[in-house]
Amino acid sequence: MNLLACLLLAFLLVCAVSVSFTRSLLGSIILLMTYSVVMSVLWILLRSPDLALTEAAVGAGVTGILFFAALARLRAVDRAAKNGGKGATHAEDQ
Amino acid sequence: MAALFSDHLYEAAAMLLFGVGFTTLLLNRNLLKKIIGLNVMDTAVYLFLASMGYIEGRFPPILREGVTDASAYVNPVPAGLVLTGIVVSVSVTALLLALTVRLYERFRTLNIDEIVLLARKGEK
Amino acid sequence: MPKINDRYPASAHKRVSDWLTNGFTGLDREMTQAETPPAAPSAEAAGQAEDAFQEKARRDRERESDLYARLHHWSVTRGERQARLLYRFLAVIVCGGIVFFLLRTVSALPALGRVDAPVNNEVSYRYISRGPEETGAVNFVSGMILDYRAFDTLGESSVLFLASCAVMMLLRLDRDDAKGPVPSPLSLTGGDLHGDDILRASSLVLFPVIALFGAAVVLNGHSSPGGGFAGGAILGGALMLLSNAAGEERVSRLITERRASLAIFTALLFYAGAKSVVFYTGANGIPLDIPLGEPFSILSAGLILPLDMCVGLIVALTMYGFYRLFTKGGY
Repeated sequence: MNLLACLLLAFLLVCAVSVSFTRSLLGSIILLMTYSVVMSVLWILLRSPDLALTEAAVGAGVTGILFFAALARLRAVDRAAKNGGKGATHAEDQ
Repeated sequence: MAALFSDHLYEAAAMLLFGVGFTTLLLNRNLLKKIIGLNVMDTAVYLFLASMGYIEGRFPPILREGVTDASAYVNPVPAGLVLTGIVVSVSVTALLLALTVRLYERFRTLNIDEIVLLARKGEK
Repeated sequence: MPKINDRYPASAHKRVSDWLTNGFTGLDREMTQAETPPAAPSAEAAGQAEDAFQEKARRDRERESDLYARLHHWSVTRGERQARLLYRFLAVIVCGGIVFFLLRTVSALPALGRVDAPVNNEVSYRYISRGPEETGAVNFVSGMILDYRAFDTLGESSVLFLASCAVMMLLRLDRDDAKGPVPSPLSLTGGDLHGDDILRASSLVLFPVIALFGAAVVLNGHSSPGGGFAGGAILGGALMLLSNAAGEERVSRLITERRASLAIFTALLFYAGAKSVVFYTGANGIPLDIPLGEPFSILSAGLILPLDMCVGLIVALTMYGFYRLFTKGGY
């Protein structure tokens, strides 16, 4: 059990460190989702099944999807500005 | 050093992850990577908190048939604290992402240095 | 008295020694002296003194901001590399220092998993030993956060509500004054994603399973791992999948803004009302007989089942609302 915990924690460290060194934003978001899933396995090793369920649903699920939605919206802002001049962003109103 | 990692494996790893997350937050100039660093810091703190409640060789905190002795279960109190913390962490991430999207719509860059420069120039 | 500090005529030392040597008459004299105001300077003299003072202050401020401006200009033009290297070096040093001290503190903690650690005290013993008979919940963590410590859960629901309000302030688009059609960002071609065949076919199979699993986790929160938060997050994820697969228009006709706000408001109100009744009767010793049912069945644990459903509903609708605010600008 200790060896498994050591391996998983080392994997977490490698994930966290390599977020800074990834060039693409999509890659760093996927690294965050893997980090959450491995952290969920660690909660099970620590005998807390509630936390494991919540971390898996929230970390890899909701936070990942929110990051992807934000990234897609940034690309949409780019595309709208390139295509139609102002696009439909409401940046100019405020 | 060996005692640190044999006696306090989870806590030491949680503190190392905290440091890595903090460094990611400080050293990257991209706003999304700063938010990812903040998330890593949050989860590291939850790992530390929940490992405080672990007791060697005991069952998870769900009642088992026939085991009514209170000293056969893991401490459930830190798990309750972390449960609240996880939901607060996702709220903070959503708010930060909304701010990033609005900043990008205004300044068209995710680089924090350029945003500060453009904002200062806009003030003058 | 030794003659120190007599250079300044109004120093405290001199005044105290005057008072002590001259007695109360000295104090009388000083008080009457203070009553007659000094001669007011003429208007021109006052104006010139004021001008000189303001001029001096302005020059000081300018010199300071000039220095700051020059430093800042250097750091963004020629000294950019040095400034950045200095910042990175300092950041690494500070982070390393913090981690070092944290690791030192960690090594002074009791070993992991020991029974005699101070964190395992009579609080957890009480929650585990009297938990099932007082709350009826078999899952000790659920019983703790929805019965013994329900106030914390109310606070956390309000944090979720606050974050939802803040994201709405930032990202909500009023349909009436959006200039032109709002681009749907989740697409490579500029249209809606629901024309994607793989997504539609796989969500036909997946969405019922995910939604059922989320509902089961919420309803069984008191007798198996899970609870309101995990089940709510799973249901929120299922709603996001549905919104992509069945088309955003159809789902927004089902979950309109009015219905979602009403649902969240009612759930929060019910949670606060139920727990207020429980606190009031508990604090005043009025017995409140909520049927506890038998353990391990769904209809048990008194108030915990309705509260779990409230929390699950709030979390699911809030997560779905975050997603829709990012992709569409509203529910």
